[in-house]
Amino acid sequence: MKLNELTAHEIEKLIQTKAASATEVTKAVFQQIDAAEAEIGAYVSITKKLALEAAKKTDERIMNGEKLSPLEGIPVAVKDNMCTMGVLTTASSKILSNYKPPYDARVVENVKALGAPIVGKTNLDEFAMGSSTENSAFKVTKNPWDKNRVPGGSSGGSAAAVAANETILSLGSDTGGSIRQPASFCGVVGLKPTYGRVSRYGLIAFASSLDQIGPITKDVRDAAILLNAISGYDPQDSTSVEKKVPDYTKALKTDIKKLKVGLIKNLTGKGVEKGVKEAFLKAAKKLEELGAKVEEVTMPSFEYSVPTYYLIAPAEASSNLERYDGVKFGHRSPDAGDLLTMYYNTRREGFGAEVKRRIMIGTYALSSGYYDAYYLKAQKVRTLILQEFEKAFKKFDVLISPTTPTVAFKIGERKDDPLAMYLSDISTIPVNLAGLPAISIPCGFADNLPVGLQIIGKAFDEETILQTAYAYEQNTDWHKRKP
Amino acid sequence: MKYETIIGLEIHSQLHTKSKMFCGCSTEFGAKPNSNICPICTGQPGVLPKLNKKAVELAIKTALALNCKIEPQCVFARKNYFYPDLPKNYQISQYELPLATGGHLDIEVNGKTKKVGITRVHLEEDAGKLVHKGAARIMGAEESLVDLNRTGVPLMEIVTEPDIRSPEEAKVFMEDLANLLKQLGVCDAKMEEGSLRCDANISIRPSGEKKFGTKTELKNMNSFRAVMKGLEAEEKRHTETLEEGGKITQETRFFDDTTDTTSSMRSKEYAHDYRYFPEPDLVPVEPEKKWVKEIEKTIGELPGAKRERYEKELGLPPHDAGLLTSSKEMANFFEDTLKLYENAKAISNWLLGDISAYLNNEKVPINATKLNPELLSGTLNAIDSGKISGKMAKDVVLEQLKTGKTVEQITQESGMTQISDESELIKTINEVISSNEKSVADFKKGKKAAVGFLVGQVMKATKGRANPGAVNKLLQQELSKL
Repeated sequence: MKLNELTAHEIEKLIQTKAASATEVTKAVFQQIDAAEAEIGAYVSITKKLALEAAKKTDERIMNGEKLSPLEGIPVAVKDNMCTMGVLTTASSKILSNYKPPYDARVVENVKALGAPIVGKTNLDEFAMGSSTENSAFKVTKNPWDKNRVPGGSSGGSAAAVAANETILSLGSDTGGSIRQPASFCGVVGLKPTYGRVSRYGLIAFASSLDQIGPITKDVRDAAILLNAISGYDPQDSTSVEKKVPDYTKALKTDIKKLKVGLIKNLTGKGVEKGVKEAFLKAAKKLEELGAKVEEVTMPSFEYSVPTYYLIAPAEASSNLERYDGVKFGHRSPDAGDLLTMYYNTRREGFGAEVKRRIMIGTYALSSGYYDAYYLKAQKVRTLILQEFEKAFKKFDVLISPTTPTVAFKIGERKDDPLAMYLSDISTIPVNLAGLPAISIPCGFADNLPVGLQIIGKAFDEETILQTAYAYEQNTDWHKRKP
Repeated sequence: MKYETIIGLEIHSQLHTKSKMFCGCSTEFGAKPNSNICPICTGQPGVLPKLNKKAVELAIKTALALNCKIEPQCVFARKNYFYPDLPKNYQISQYELPLATGGHLDIEVNGKTKKVGITRVHLEEDAGKLVHKGAARIMGAEESLVDLNRTGVPLMEIVTEPDIRSPEEAKVFMEDLANLLKQLGVCDAKMEEGSLRCDANISIRPSGEKKFGTKTELKNMNSFRAVMKGLEAEEKRHTETLEEGGKITQETRFFDDTTDTTSSMRSKEYAHDYRYFPEPDLVPVEPEKKWVKEIEKTIGELPGAKRERYEKELGLPPHDAGLLTSSKEMANFFEDTLKLYENAKAISNWLLGDISAYLNNEKVPINATKLNPELLSGTLNAIDSGKISGKMAKDVVLEQLKTGKTVEQITQESGMTQISDESELIKTINEVISSNEKSVADFKKGKKAAVGFLVGQVMKATKGRANPGAVNKLLQQELSKL
């Protein structure tokens, strides 16, 4: 097996025992990028020089016999909406096509400090708005399982890079499913932490009250390792929570006897593909076999989650994206003229269709006279959804559903049908609205394409979803299947 | 018809913090353009605001001094509008849930106390500064430059109820508020430098009418004088418009202090829709009661209470009490002198007379001079004991303001001591009597006023150093001998 095909915890052992050097691992990753990237298109930019320098430093630390972190020398791909100092950070938007941030996002700082080389910046739907990575201003990323299909989105580049062994670990961001849905489509593990668990400082904001950074990895243990590295309170992010961070790898036990699992019935019905449903129900059965108590639960408020999300997220986005105006950084229309012309032309040229659509929806929802009917009402529904989760969690330890109603769809299939595109996030969106943690892990195949199992946990109880995921994974071999 | 004027004010003051509202950049005024900036205050993608606790503290302090209720929970909100001096194109402000509500400030206008309601006190961030080339405003400019040093400096907004009834009241309110902010140490409150700014809403209605008239908003009043002149101009314009049967349009108007007139900036139809919504990057602020109590303890005696105490306990006239409490420096100087010298009115007369004249002339506060309470009390004692005359004391105090010398040093150096020695005075008096026969004759004919002239002559002969009381007494005595 090639080094780049291994998991982080496997490589960690090799590096710590000097069986492999960080440089060898990093080089193996770049060899694969050279071989596969032209076809996959997972990256917006590649930072080979910086990555090899970091790997060299790790090797020096090994030579000096220094104590090593678990991330030492493990290549990480970073979604291109997280700032990297002096390194192009575009959010896959033309408006930031020349933007080099003057600072590192907190998560980037954290993984760098732990000695992980940053391989490059992965492709996404522009400003993380989309479910297929087709909304990137630069390229369409292909699903490694079927290159005619999308990898999901918006963290499609990160998920595809992991699935195609073009990195060992990757970071994604999840506003309505943007980690879990591409993880599901690409047959890898994706974890969205509790809102406030991971600092958002340096994550280019889409919808501030929903955005959360998390790991996309080859298996559950790797997700726990990367989550350890990025979790914790950051005074620079007022919405991050001052709560002790456990060692998530300690939660990886295979015993889930007596675990109470709620199967969300209304996420397995209408619109869910037959193959997806079958794979999901088999997974639920597997959990039962492992000793968990699985019971159906209905979450009626979920019916309103997509419309609720498509008011709150665009409203926040419309404000977050106001700073892209051609004044200070990023694209400025060469046809600037006076102030208003500069604003109009810069934004007209700089933003893609989906971003414009959401800015307009959001602007409308916040307008005087409509605010109460749309934004405020949506916030109330959001509270209802949270309360419904809280009620369910009085009875259950975790809730499960298919991560997505369908497997990866074809490139171009939904591009001109925003509503169909939006519905691919129907199972993941309620989790963001409630700020809860959830993980997607491979749980089978339908039409030879991966199906994902979503496990949702209580706020700040990433441990239980990791444990459930780990127990399932250790008793199945879906995660070992490669495209 | 008689009209009643209704005015409400919206005041912005820069809070005296070391760092900005949401980042660690310095708030220093006058630095090189774009030198006090960072990723956060320039609105780089991905940054998040981090609230400056000191700014909250200063706003709470002010709100308490304005008798406001500190809200148990306040929420920051985004005010969205595009302008190049606002890097994020939204301003972090407060909207539905401000920091404090429902207070008042008592001001004194023409000897009467007037209570002006405070609707709310909230926090927000300042915008940057634009410099235009080729035009006064951005429209029509060849190019415009942005300086973001001021971006993110903490601003406190204070909104009054429509309780103010005249431009003069508005001016007094602003002066008293500025004084209060300075005494609290929350703001240096210089309208001319922009650390204190004021917009006004003004309307008029027929006397006795309950319903408010159509209001206009007035901007660009950059001094206390401008507040009064601008509102006077607007009051006059409203009155004339209505008397001519016209209608007032709701709009924002601009005051030009070179002509003392107002002109239209934008009408209501062009008013912004700011699309306020709660700032998702900041959590609500819930000031702990204990913290608020601690802040309250740091407030000390406020100018209004001080003024009342000076009147009631020290028996000073309202005019004196008002002026002495109009600045922290003056009030402190007065009180420190009072510890050394018991005649409050005498101290007040000196501070508000010759000393204030000097300060106004030199444009310095009293603590920037060489005079101190010890020196002043020494001079006042010297007057009482007859060592110097009141007239001489004027020169002494002037000298003390400049050099800080004691009364003894000054009188010795200039030979300024008062002559109270009777034999010396009698000698001079007799010289004056013998050389002013006509006046002496007038006196003998019963013309009492002649004495005054003779006293004057003695003072002249002694270059003002004679003790006037002694001269008067001795002159009468010598004249009666004739």
